[in-house]
Amino acid sequence: MENKAAVSFRHITKAFGSKVVANKDVSMDIMSGEILALLGENGSGKTTLMNMLSGIYHQDSGEIFVNGEEAYINSPKDAYALGIGMIHQHFKLVDVFTATENVALGMDKKTTGGAKEIAKAITEICDRYGFDVDPKKKVYNMTVSQKQTLEIVKALYRGANILILDEPTAVLTPQETDKLFAVLRNMKADGKSIIIITHKLNEVLAISDRVAILRKGEYIDSVITSEATVQSLTDMMVGQKVELDIERPEVEDKQLRLTIDHLTCLDKYGVTALDDVSLEAYGGEILGIAGISGSGQKQLLEAVAGLQEAQDGASITYIDPESGAKEELIGKSVTEIKKRGIALSFVPEDRLGMGLVGAMGMSDNMMLRSYEKGHSPFTDRKTPRDLANRVKDELEVVTPGISTPVRKLSGGNVQKVLVGREIASNPTVLMAAYAVRGLDINTSYTIYRLLNEQKKKGVAVIYVGEDLDVLLALCDRIAVLCGGKLNGIVDGRTATKEEVGLMMTNLNTEEKEGE
Amino acid sequence: MTTTKAVTKEASSREKPFHIVKRTDMPKWKSWLIRILSVLASLIVCAIIIVAVTGDNPFAVYGTMVKGAVGSARRVWVLLQEVAMLLCVSLAVTPAFKMRFWNIGAEGQVLMGGLGATAVMLLLGHKLPAPVVLVLVIVVSIICGAVWGVIPAVFKAFWNTNETLFTLMMNYIAIQIVSYFTYVWSSNKGNNVINTINTDNHAGWLNLPQSVDQYGYLLNIIIVAVLTVLMYFYLNRSKQGYEIAVVGESINTARYAGINVKKVIIRTMLISGALCGVAGMLLVSGTDHTITPNTAAGRGFTAIMVSWLAKFNPLFMVLTSLLLVFMERGAIEISTVFGLNTSFSEIIAGIIIFFIIGSEFFINYSIKRTHAKEVESK
Repeated sequence: MENKAAVSFRHITKAFGSKVVANKDVSMDIMSGEILALLGENGSGKTTLMNMLSGIYHQDSGEIFVNGEEAYINSPKDAYALGIGMIHQHFKLVDVFTATENVALGMDKKTTGGAKEIAKAITEICDRYGFDVDPKKKVYNMTVSQKQTLEIVKALYRGANILILDEPTAVLTPQETDKLFAVLRNMKADGKSIIIITHKLNEVLAISDRVAILRKGEYIDSVITSEATVQSLTDMMVGQKVELDIERPEVEDKQLRLTIDHLTCLDKYGVTALDDVSLEAYGGEILGIAGISGSGQKQLLEAVAGLQEAQDGASITYIDPESGAKEELIGKSVTEIKKRGIALSFVPEDRLGMGLVGAMGMSDNMMLRSYEKGHSPFTDRKTPRDLANRVKDELEVVTPGISTPVRKLSGGNVQKVLVGREIASNPTVLMAAYAVRGLDINTSYTIYRLLNEQKKKGVAVIYVGEDLDVLLALCDRIAVLCGGKLNGIVDGRTATKEEVGLMMTNLNTEEKEGE
Repeated sequence: MTTTKAVTKEASSREKPFHIVKRTDMPKWKSWLIRILSVLASLIVCAIIIVAVTGDNPFAVYGTMVKGAVGSARRVWVLLQEVAMLLCVSLAVTPAFKMRFWNIGAEGQVLMGGLGATAVMLLLGHKLPAPVVLVLVIVVSIICGAVWGVIPAVFKAFWNTNETLFTLMMNYIAIQIVSYFTYVWSSNKGNNVINTINTDNHAGWLNLPQSVDQYGYLLNIIIVAVLTVLMYFYLNRSKQGYEIAVVGESINTARYAGINVKKVIIRTMLISGALCGVAGMLLVSGTDHTITPNTAAGRGFTAIMVSWLAKFNPLFMVLTSLLLVFMERGAIEISTVFGLNTSFSEIIAGIIIFFIIGSEFFINYSIKRTHAKEVESK
């Protein structure tokens, strides 16, 4: 069993257009009963390779063997029939359906035997591997972690023996990640093959048996995990030696730049998303915001940016670095904030849906926040073009040209364009939400470096993050949100991961009673 | 868990011989070559159908089409006039569509503009000096078109109503209003026809003297040509054009950038409606000098196709509107010369447009043979 290959790729090549080769002559094996981590930078072809295995794309040339036989995978249905299931980053579940209904979706009643049988099978799978799914629960009532579990159960129910997980831990808390890993180990013990795509090297080391590395679409090598270190994996992935420590420069002169007082916001359904939060941000420091996704981070940043209405009694004060004048931000629109010369930059979570216009090139995107300047009814085209060229050179943005739609760029390059523009406006306060989500090591470190440069210039940086290791290494102070409430502020230099993780999930009740 | 092993075996479905791959890098000349080839291919398919169904010589049919469209000086003028009118409505709907505001109501906006022009010409034609009448014609028709366009925009901006249904319904209201006034103002009570207005003093007529412009279409064509260039710069170079593009791409991004989305929606539909009003005015005071409920003649709908085919580029829209009008003029001619049903010429026009739209697929995607190497070696 141990030595049998569950999947073998042989000379797989896949190109998009004539210039972009996503996979080039990739040959590798996935053994049965192993957890293989697939590692590589953005654009190294990991997801493309897995999409070919799960039937979303088809290779240009080369063969795929499943359990020793050549397989023709033309659609996800073919992949399921071969026992291959993929858990995508974006879940493919119907919100208003229950767990059982989602599992049943697209299946023939003759094979499933009806809802009761499915619910029974779900419970069976859960007992076997240690999942926790309530078959009757509606998906919209589930947490992100529960949705992910349901996706895995769905794949298993359909007979998956080979499971592919694309960035499964990106949306999970440390505790939830541990739970997921325990389940994966149980599945492995049951003889299933698991392929996990991730950027997080410490997780690779924690869970996998073997690591396969792709670089620029080519298969580089695979190593036994127990013989690898974070440094050795990074060097193989990047192809050169990389400095791995995140800097945390000390800035002596810290000036108050932003005060948030008793901020309460509702989400679009009228539910309290942010509950009476008070915070201060200083120039020359990076203030981290930790919390499970959906704990009010979005509302906090958008309220400062003038995009989110606040409930009565709240106040957000901006202190101008030159005059020291105080400006109340609540009640001001984005345009008013801009017009009053308040130097606020914002890198939102949704890069292409909010921060940038996907269909426009770099040049046109550079003027998104400044196109109104000047009295001419026509746009100034030269300044943004120059800025686009500068950002392209300084941040090494890979693009065919500054008028190529940014939607066509890779995730890392999209983020460089966005961060580059926001920094270019010389902010006093810089807010960044999930600034390195989905980015590879190299680009992530570029972003950390840029944020640190801003900090050294005296900018108040607010960094909403999800990777606790990064938050603890990068930030001076970390404010922890839990269910919309501020659950305490810790020092980034002394706090531990467990401490912050606990604060993210357990509201400090003492404080609550004290109110 | 009974399903686990059972399904694994029956899996290997057969390999498909082809698969589709998205292209990213086609040079411009090549994409135009594909478009031209698609027109040629469509002509060949049409020829086969012509021979099979009617037995006529396809080359004679095509020759007749060309002759029908551009066979004489008068026909060339009519062709240009029709292109100008269609182009004008297309220019009008383009800002709305670029903003992803589905303005299906151009037909009604054109009619209302035309009705405004008619009202001024009829009611004031003999009361005010001719130049004043002309100015009023222009102003009133623009206002009428703009009002008809801005009503659905206001409802969309403030109450998020569905603009597709709203603008569509506004068409029927406009048609009924025009029908009503053709009855009220009909030249002989009860026949519902307004005869040519102000034939004596030409008050409110927007034409160059006949000595300069024999057919009376030149001024229309010049006005639309100017509008085309203006619209190109408005959409591609102005700040307002930039706002339209951002709102069309993503409302969230627009809000983030500090763009007042409500204002942009209303302003853009004001412009869209006003330009439709201009088209109505050109049809009434520049061409027909009267109005019927059919004055817009479906241009409000054809314009949507013109605009999309040209990917919202006003300069390309000259080509797409020329193509559609050419087909239509040619089709009318072959139906009379060959004694064919008009439906037949519409079939031919439909096939050609189908091929042109279909060619976009081959510009954006390529079809690759799966395992090409193996197939060759066998």
